Amino acid sequence: MIFLKILNTVLALITAPLLLGIINRTKAFFAGRNGQPLLQPYYDIWKLLNKGSVYSIATSRIFRIGPVVGFSVVLIAAAIVPFGGLPVLLDFQGDLILFAYLFGLSRFFTVLMAMDTASSFEGMGASREVTFSALTEPALLIGLAAIAKYTGYVSLAQIFSSINFDAWLNAAPAFILIGFAFLIVFLSENSRIPVDDPNTHLELTMIHEVMILDHSGPDLAIILYSAAMKMWLLGAILTGIVIPVHSDNVFLNVSAALLFMLLLAVLTGIIESSMARLRLLHVPQLLIGAATLSVLALILILR
Amino acid sequence: MQVSNAISLYNCQSADVKQIPVVVINKFRDSIIEAVESGNRIVSFFAAPAGAGVFVIYAVLADDNSGKLYALSSRVSDSYPSLTPDCTQAHLFEREIAEQWGIKPVNHPWLKPVRFHSSYMKNQDAWNRNTKEQILPSVMDFYKVEGEEIHEVAVGPVHAGIIEPGHFRFQCHGENVLNLEISLGYQHRGVEQALIGGPNKKTLYYMQTLAGDTTIGHTTAYSHLIESFSGSKVSLRAQSLRGIALELERLANHTGDLGALAGDIGYLPTSSFCGRIRGDFLNLTALMCGNRFGRGLVCPGGVGFDISDKNSETLAEKLMGYKKDVEVAVELLWNTPSVLARFEETGIVQPQTCKELGLVGVAARACGVEIDCRYNFPAGIYSFMQIPVSVWNTGDVFARAYVRWLEIQRSIAFILDQIKTSQPGQIKTDCKTAAAGKFCVSLVEGWRGEICHVAVTDSDGSFSSYKITDPSFHNWTGLAMALRDQQISDFPLCNKSFNLSYCGHDL
Repeated sequence: MIFLKILNTVLALITAPLLLGIINRTKAFFAGRNGQPLLQPYYDIWKLLNKGSVYSIATSRIFRIGPVVGFSVVLIAAAIVPFGGLPVLLDFQGDLILFAYLFGLSRFFTVLMAMDTASSFEGMGASREVTFSALTEPALLIGLAAIAKYTGYVSLAQIFSSINFDAWLNAAPAFILIGFAFLIVFLSENSRIPVDDPNTHLELTMIHEVMILDHSGPDLAIILYSAAMKMWLLGAILTGIVIPVHSDNVFLNVSAALLFMLLLAVLTGIIESSMARLRLLHVPQLLIGAATLSVLALILILR
Repeated sequence: MQVSNAISLYNCQSADVKQIPVVVINKFRDSIIEAVESGNRIVSFFAAPAGAGVFVIYAVLADDNSGKLYALSSRVSDSYPSLTPDCTQAHLFEREIAEQWGIKPVNHPWLKPVRFHSSYMKNQDAWNRNTKEQILPSVMDFYKVEGEEIHEVAVGPVHAGIIEPGHFRFQCHGENVLNLEISLGYQHRGVEQALIGGPNKKTLYYMQTLAGDTTIGHTTAYSHLIESFSGSKVSLRAQSLRGIALELERLANHTGDLGALAGDIGYLPTSSFCGRIRGDFLNLTALMCGNRFGRGLVCPGGVGFDISDKNSETLAEKLMGYKKDVEVAVELLWNTPSVLARFEETGIVQPQTCKELGLVGVAARACGVEIDCRYNFPAGIYSFMQIPVSVWNTGDVFARAYVRWLEIQRSIAFILDQIKTSQPGQIKTDCKTAAAGKFCVSLVEGWRGEICHVAVTDSDGSFSSYKITDPSFHNWTGLAMALRDQQISDFPLCNKSFNLSYCGHDL
């Protein structure tokens, strides 16, 4: 049992950057290129870990604490989010609130780090990040509330172990709505197109990327790794809802979930290859749309 | 409309310097203001020293309707009443003259350096700066908006992408841009000063590198001048090859721009494919002369390289193939709602603003203003072969992108037609030395817009002054205006839709 609990967290730690590799390869395929190696995100993180860091004299201690806080947060989150029906290291009543606000804490520090540099670009990025996350949060929280209401639990592990095919048969419309809402949350929180463009080199248009412009070396490696972990964890939540496989065979459960994660990464790549990024002014409309989907799901379940 | 107190010229027609009317400054001023009000454009405006603290100011105006150019001049010493308060088009030209020769336009509302170099005349500086101190670029009073909620964003000189250096100062209210001020000059090389005393062995090389992406455009403008001064006749074959090269340059750059526009909004398919197709078009120029940017192709008297029948067949064949590729890649833009949502109503330039600032090229045609030197002031092959003027009237990023697309299609048709009809012939004639005491204006529609070269020769036929106006010189202010009341996050997109040259502006 303890082995499976550890496996749940370790799987996240090991596999997370692979998602980025898959997205990049998908995009390369659509662009008619060979693309970078599948494991390039790992190489990048390794390369950065072996470099030195440069700190601006304008920055304070906050700037150095930030990446560590961000990493601690994803570590804790990786202990409470179940993947593919595996047991978790840590669960208690109400841990889904902790999950949502762990990312809030991480964001708080990212924003502080950005403001700490006193760069006008990073200030703008911070302002955008805060605005958009304030709109993403309701979509995530209300969606989680709807599932909590349906299953009657307030712990992520219990919630996801009680979503099964029967639940889907009973409340399919609500689950579909939540699935779409969480997909938008997934894209937005991981700064993917249509909300943000992770490949852009234009500081004025960036959201997340611009806030970490001043970070270098191991700090940047930790930030990139934490971002990959965040993508994995949000993906795991989406997987738990969409692929409720709870057979006796652990191997089958995990494989099904991994397969869905692979598809999710490919889907993200396809979305990025087939549409342009939204105008910044229109992003809130998309995010409010996601929140509306979550509210509708909650209403359907409360009915 | 006819301009009073001015001599009328055609594109590339040389006249004796003595024939250019010299009028008193007030008359000079009134003539220009009146001419611009009645629809003429200032295409060039510059000063040249005339000895003993006196300068001649030349102005060249263009009447797009009649295809005539008007030149007039006046004599000034260290100051004159500025035209800018009554004629916006003159604003940057006057700042340039003030910086170069220390001639102060009195009452200029915005008199600041353009390129941050010291005056060409010792002890005559428009700002009375200390001559010993180094002049640092972009060190000046920027336009400032004050208020608690206002913030300033400074971008550059080293900035995103691998383009050239320039400094952009935004005054923002949240995400909204209230004002953008652009400060260039980092690429100033003193080319115009270096050209004085020419033409010599170096001159053609300067012309090829005025703006690296407009080699054909600038060398063609220069060659037209020399041919006009020396009275040389260029064969039809050479003119045809120059036309093909100019349109290939347009194709490569327009395709690259459309790809870059797609890249800026994160639209992968067009971005990836156009990047490749741009290279394909550049390779066609290489097929003609061995250089992808056309260096060494156009030279006074004709062209440096002929194209063999076999090569011209290959060129036509490949071009047909690229035509299909570029159609597929670009049509995607117009059929994708998320792309149109970003392009439409972003960075609008009103036709009124366009006319007041005297914008040229793609930027002007995207405001519905029908100006194109190939049509209004035809020279070379365009005197025999017309290319329809491509316009769109919304003035936004979409319009600037769509005009490029229209031009791509027309340029391809033009090249295919030229290849089919061009007859073998002599490719180069020797140009005699330039005639003495002449004045000539040469306009060429480069891919960005109107390229204007004006040369004045002295008593032994060498340049006593040479003035180059790259389309970027007119259009940078257009970009600043397009950003008013826009989202700062849309700046890269607007910037790319103009895609102006930094070194072409700085010279």
